Amino acid sequence: MIDTAYTAPQEVARLQRAALIVGIVGLLALGAGAFFEPLQFWRSYLVGYLLWAGIAIGALALLMLQHLTGGGWGLVIRRVLEAATRTLPLMLVLFIPILLGAHSIYSWTNAEVIAAHPALQEKVRYLNLTFFSVRAVIVFAIWLLLAFFLNRWSRQQDLTGDRALAKKMRVLSGPGMVLFVFTVTVAAIDWVMSLDPEWSSTIFGLLFVAAWSLSALAFSIALTAWLTKREPMAHVVAALHFHDLGKLLLALVMLWAYFSYSQFLIIWSGNLPEEIRWYLPRTHGTWGVIALVVVILHFALPFLFLLSRRFKRDPHKLVLVAVLILIMRYVDLLWVVAPNFPGTGFHLSWMDLVAPIGFGGVWLAAFSRQLRSRPLMPLNDPQLPSVLEQAHEHHESEDFIEEASA
Amino acid sequence: MAEFDNPTDLVAAARRTYQAGYRRINGYSPYPIEELSEAIGFTHTALPIIVLIGGVLGGLGGFFMQYWMEVINYPLNVGGKPYNSWPAFIPITFECTILCAALAAVFGMLALNKLPQPYHPVFNAPNFALATRDSFFLVIEASDRKFEHDAVMKFMSGLGPKDLVDVEV
Repeated sequence: MIDTAYTAPQEVARLQRAALIVGIVGLLALGAGAFFEPLQFWRSYLVGYLLWAGIAIGALALLMLQHLTGGGWGLVIRRVLEAATRTLPLMLVLFIPILLGAHSIYSWTNAEVIAAHPALQEKVRYLNLTFFSVRAVIVFAIWLLLAFFLNRWSRQQDLTGDRALAKKMRVLSGPGMVLFVFTVTVAAIDWVMSLDPEWSSTIFGLLFVAAWSLSALAFSIALTAWLTKREPMAHVVAALHFHDLGKLLLALVMLWAYFSYSQFLIIWSGNLPEEIRWYLPRTHGTWGVIALVVVILHFALPFLFLLSRRFKRDPHKLVLVAVLILIMRYVDLLWVVAPNFPGTGFHLSWMDLVAPIGFGGVWLAAFSRQLRSRPLMPLNDPQLPSVLEQAHEHHESEDFIEEASA
Repeated sequence: MAEFDNPTDLVAAARRTYQAGYRRINGYSPYPIEELSEAIGFTHTALPIIVLIGGVLGGLGGFFMQYWMEVINYPLNVGGKPYNSWPAFIPITFECTILCAALAAVFGMLALNKLPQPYHPVFNAPNFALATRDSFFLVIEASDRKFEHDAVMKFMSGLGPKDLVDVEV
């Protein structure tokens, strides 16, 4: 009846092969683009990279969150989150080109630009390529270490069933969460905010904490909904889990909107030339239209749908909002990053489309490979029996409701 | 009224009662049991729509309260910004939405439950005080269309309760 080893269904292997082909073709096409339009290439590379690295990094936050809170929702997505964090070494490798191409991406690497802006001369002690690289190494080292231990202990728990491991993971997750906020703040400021080295916003790091966690949750929901159509997860995941995941999605959508709006409101109120400079190109012309689209499709529409209890409990509907949010994460990143690249006004290139698909393919292939390598449920987690029992009762009561209404 | 030892028996009994065609049934338990409300056929409540209306009215009220103050009643030039500085109105609009939605939730819940209710016949049952401690109760109310005293007592004793009592209305 129920596969107690929880091996991933065949479709995951198929997804891995298909994603790898799409990913390699996409990245090769993007690489070819570097020879035609190098600046456009770097813009597309950075946005595509940030979108998928954000899912891997955000998964680390959700993984620690579910260790801290416990609960069935966390248990059913834990293996998805763990597999996502095991793609971090790949994201480290894909970060190396950004370091190599920093001269084409970040204006503060250019001595002439620094000489022309007195404010920048004060910032070069922080914003220089050596320290930038050191910081990237440190934040990646912290993420990789957290991911390494959480994955290793979770695997040991599968094999030995040692009850102390659950506590170990919980104890690491508390300080890990604090470290996470600091490291993401450093990464967000370095990788994105420094595109405009004279502009600063103190909420920028938190904005990425929310945005990346949101990306990871939307991805986990979409993937779990897909897995739930198949055995063995069809027996494990019930409407109540999607209900909880939907509630968390609503909370993160609102958190992201709250941080975004806080940044906008404070800068709008202050109305200082050096601050509003960041918003002016982003709220006028075509970028202004895109800003409106982001407000509606990244916040208002998901917010309204996620209010409904029935909507959150139906994986077929919830997955639509999750995919919409993933697409809007890309649009939002493009809106944040692209206007800082040379070339006035709005323009899109074929590379803007190829980059997220290429990175997505390669990332999904690595993710599927990791997901297949372990059981889809933590086998010996202390919470597992009660979660399974609850799911079983739940499926029974759903059958009952269907009978009763028929 | 039937008394049970544990929630699983209560939910199972409630399902069988619902399937037997009884509709005016109720369960009492020391803590919330998610399956129970579905088992007694309590699937719809007007509360979400009441909360939504409360939230929408609160949001509109919050926004236009500020609009009326800043634009109509006492226009004040703040930093050269337009009177209708809607970005600055959003936080208070948001707070008013939450306030009114929360008030609608609390009072809507009380109204739908017909609370406060100083008297209810179930309190006549001798063991009923245990409903707040460690006992689980299932009631078929006499106002049920299918209610027929002897048949109900026979049916409920078939549910295997720990105890079965007849409550005076």
